[in-house]
Amino acid sequence: MIEVKGLYKSFEDKDVLKDINVTFENGKTNLIIGQSGSGKTVLMKCIVGLLTPNKGELLYDTRNFLTMSKNEKKHLRREMGMIFQSAALFDSMSVLENVMFPLNMFSNDTLRDRQRRALSCLERVNLTEAKDKFPGEISGGMQKRVAIARSIVLQPQYLFCDEPNSGLDPKTSLVIDELIQDITREYNMTTIINTHDMNSVMGIGEKIIFIFDGHKEWEGTKDDIFTSPNTRLNNFVFASDLFQKVKEAEVQNIEG
Amino acid sequence: MQTNIRDMIKALKTVGRYIILMNRTFSRPERMRMFFKQYIKEIEQLGINSIGIVLLISFFIGAVITIQIKLNIESPWMPRWTVGYVTREIMLLEFSSSIMCLILAGKVGSNIASELGTMRITQQIDALEIMGINPACHLILPKIAALVTIIPILVTFSIFAGIIGAFATCWFGGIMMASDLEYGLQYMFVEWFVWCGIIKSLFFAFIIASVSAFFGYTVEGGSIEVGKASTDSVVTSSVLILFADLVLTKLLMG
Repeated sequence: MIEVKGLYKSFEDKDVLKDINVTFENGKTNLIIGQSGSGKTVLMKCIVGLLTPNKGELLYDTRNFLTMSKNEKKHLRREMGMIFQSAALFDSMSVLENVMFPLNMFSNDTLRDRQRRALSCLERVNLTEAKDKFPGEISGGMQKRVAIARSIVLQPQYLFCDEPNSGLDPKTSLVIDELIQDITREYNMTTIINTHDMNSVMGIGEKIIFIFDGHKEWEGTKDDIFTSPNTRLNNFVFASDLFQKVKEAEVQNIEG
Repeated sequence: MQTNIRDMIKALKTVGRYIILMNRTFSRPERMRMFFKQYIKEIEQLGINSIGIVLLISFFIGAVITIQIKLNIESPWMPRWTVGYVTREIMLLEFSSSIMCLILAGKVGSNIASELGTMRITQQIDALEIMGINPACHLILPKIAALVTIIPILVTFSIFAGIIGAFATCWFGGIMMASDLEYGLQYMFVEWFVWCGIIKSLFFAFIIASVSAFFGYTVEGGSIEVGKASTDSVVTSSVLILFADLVLTKLLMG
């Protein structure tokens, strides 16, 4: 579980995050949604420690990340996995080497054991056949799956996904979403997904946090969205005709 | 006036950021096994792959220097060994150490800056940070160590290639007698000059690797910024090499 308490972040004189209070539960896919520029990426970067907040508390299962020593942070980071928007695979390494990289850095297992573990993670994302290929030789969806395999190889307790579906077709997005949800349940991880893909929201949004202009505007589940009176949330989620129709059908369903 | 002060503050901030980055770079690697793997890879990528260009340039420059000296100072009053003597001094003292490092600043420096810059904008450096790895130490330290190891070797190769180039003008061009050149090359030889070139090259190697890494590592933006960082790294490291050359020449030989 990750708790964010009274988090503020500003760049020079611009307040980007204002008094964010939220709890991300484990075993669930927690989604952060919001328009571009609303501050969701900054929130994610503050949570993972790539940015330092101006004020607030960040508790990883009661451990305050912001008051930790460098060494403690280093150890906590080994419990984290992250899937970046661009997949962030190492170009000079093959798919297998990419997945093995965290093990090579932190595990004392033998080479054979490390290989076996990396291969089992690749098998989990159905990519065993691409193990010898380089990131430049595989598709965007496959790169994301390699990134997922790399992020779970050390069996983390916390998984962060920054727009995991960006640049992917709807079908591949669905595969990635389902994979993230399955892994979250399998390892009982605290998963935070930063997205503005409404298919993901409707598909795997077990807990949704809507950020608007740097503050938490709304919090709930995917089912709560249909009945929420929040205008800003409705304007954002049901901006497209397709989702407007989905909402109308869902409301009729609830009333009926 | 105000612009000058602002520029000065900006320059001081850059120096400060460089020192902070070097402080992060020179820490104990997470895994020595991985460090050595990376170190060997960098020696191959930055050093071994540069041998061809170093030998080629040095060979031709050695040959051209010999021809130029021969043509320009030819006189009955000049001893015949002068050409070999001057060629040796130029190659040993300046060309093989300083000018060769300026050339390597272009080849290797831009390579380092663009590699790290691309890693930065594609979030590969952030990925390392999230994993709990010190990216500066993991990525920059092997490059600095590799370049400081390999550049003195490249300088030695350059000296030999230059001398072979000089001999080639005698053997194939008939510019002068090879024996005269050989006598000149050995005349009043000071071993310390070889060491001066090697000592200078160690400093230049550090400048090339660290300055280029700094520009690449701190890139913000996209591909245009990576290109700019690559150019800035070559310009800055070239200027610093020239400045360091002046100071080191005075210290080592003055």
